[in-house]
Amino acid sequence: MPRWLRHTLLTVVPVIAAAALLPLGYSNQLLLFNFVVFLTLAQGVNVIYGFTGYLPFGYVGFFGAGAYGFSLCVLHLHMAPLAALGVGAAAAILLGLLLTPLLRLSGAYFAIANLAASLAVYQVVSNPNLENITKGPYGISLSGVFNPTLAYSVAVLILAATLGLAVYLRNSRFGLSLQAIREDAISASMAGIDVVRSRTLAWLLSALVAGLSGGVFAWYVSVFYPETVFSPEFSIFAIVFALFGGVATVTGPILGVIILYGIYNAIGISTPQYFQLLYGLLIMGLVLFLPNGLVSLFKRWGIDVP
Amino acid sequence: MSPEPQDKAAPQALLRVVRLEKRFGGFSALDGVSFHVQPGEILGLVGPNGSGKTTCINVITGLHKPDGGALLYQGRAIGGMASHRLVHLGINRTFQVPKPFLTLTVRENVEVAAAYGRRGSEAFDMQALLASLELDRDADRPAAELNSVQQKMLDLARALATKPKLLCVDELAAGLNPAELDRVAERLRELARAGMALLVVEHLMGFIDHVTDRVIVLNAGKEIFEGELAAAIEDRQVVEVFLGSEHGA
Ligand SMILES: Nc1ncnc2c1ncn2[C@@H]1O[C@H](COP(=O)(O)OP(=O)(O)OP(=O)(O)O)[C@@H](O)[C@H]1O
Ligand SMILES: [Mg+2]
Repeated sequence: MPRWLRHTLLTVVPVIAAAALLPLGYSNQLLLFNFVVFLTLAQGVNVIYGFTGYLPFGYVGFFGAGAYGFSLCVLHLHMAPLAALGVGAAAAILLGLLLTPLLRLSGAYFAIANLAASLAVYQVVSNPNLENITKGPYGISLSGVFNPTLAYSVAVLILAATLGLAVYLRNSRFGLSLQAIREDAISASMAGIDVVRSRTLAWLLSALVAGLSGGVFAWYVSVFYPETVFSPEFSIFAIVFALFGGVATVTGPILGVIILYGIYNAIGISTPQYFQLLYGLLIMGLVLFLPNGLVSLFKRWGIDVP
Repeated sequence: MSPEPQDKAAPQALLRVVRLEKRFGGFSALDGVSFHVQPGEILGLVGPNGSGKTTCINVITGLHKPDGGALLYQGRAIGGMASHRLVHLGINRTFQVPKPFLTLTVRENVEVAAAYGRRGSEAFDMQALLASLELDRDADRPAAELNSVQQKMLDLARALATKPKLLCVDELAAGLNPAELDRVAERLRELARAGMALLVVEHLMGFIDHVTDRVIVLNAGKEIFEGELAAAIEDRQVVEVFLGSEHGA
């Protein structure tokens, strides 16, 4: 069996089956939806950080761009949700293109510049002077297209495509070239890789993932404020989940979301003090003993983790 | 000041470096260097620390843009071209401090170069390449686990996987034991016999004597000698540069 097929059967198939079937027996669809969103975002972070080496502290900027791209098309142009989703994705890619110069920075400089960029986008969108266009700080209400069941299904499709992308990167020469860039950009160019082109492509792909995710999030919740879809928590959660599970694999970010977001939902809201203690301990333990994430345990035992 | 390029001497040169200049701020690292390399030739590039040898390779391989002069490769001006395009034209190098992709396996390190570095699709024998550099037994280990000599060989393997016509090696011999030195020297000569042009930067004069046909001596960004090593060590200016002026008299 080809490696990519094995990886697909072990990761994409069970995750998508669970996401598709769980709503039939479990009534809290919002919770499932949030899981789907974080599974998607963690893989988006995986593309640009895990494979390519850029830590996107302002990743939520793309998510917010997708949410607003979607919403403004529905509000002003009365577009159908699926078409508006396309515009949301395009808005995120456009933002990604605008930010490509940031890729010349590396390490913490990139992370901070990206964070600043996402805050700037948030400030523009929530500016009261733009109320006629973005509704400023007063938020968006899209009651006309409210259809959580359909939105949920589309979110699962977006997750499936994103997981497919991760499997592709894990098994293709393009994915290998991104990892080479992450390890050493100069050596990568001496391996014949067009570093600027490849890292830009990875950046735009991860923007696309977050843009689609933000668009479908806006559709699903239908009522939100700018601080909802530009909340730094999206970036931080997605990054921590991906790192916890282990990046540059398909499995790592999935495990990270299931375990950490699972704990968050189990006790994070009811008993936040225990939750924060447990989170702190888990993350510290991981950084100390498994800096490459949970999946590095399997690798240590010689198992080829998808 | 700078000597004329050796145009008449090398009608069929693969690479011609003409009065090449490179400045870092106000400092001239290369101050009008000229030389040429022919296919099948091993040219040594020697000189004291800081004389500009690595900078010269960096400019030839596109890491730095030249500030003056010309680089002609197969008759075509390549100064300032992006590294990956130079790789596709057949230029590659090793690094003075090896730069492997640390978390990737030895095989993946070479695989990515074979996939992206070669134009055309002639067969590529990974196993033979790894075996020839004694990396085959470590093929599935991450490059980070190799010792520094093996990492140098991996740098060489990555370069060779792109099928270069011009290979620049920067202090490949430093740190090798005598048996390893012999093997590497033999390997480089084999490559030259197969038609590759090599530019070899090295401090070990024994190694230079062993592998090169001709040497260029650099000092402070200028070439001060061109010819056989045996003649270079008779040259007053060269001796002065290497041993200090009191020996040159
Ligand atoms: N990127 C750079 N920025 C500033 N100065 C540089 C840079 N690269 C090299 N130099 C300077 O240029 C001069 C030549 O350096 P280079 O590395 O080419 O010397 P070298 O002949 O390879 O020496 P060594 O034998 O020690 O390797 C040195 O003075 C060095 O400090
Ligand atoms: Mg040097």
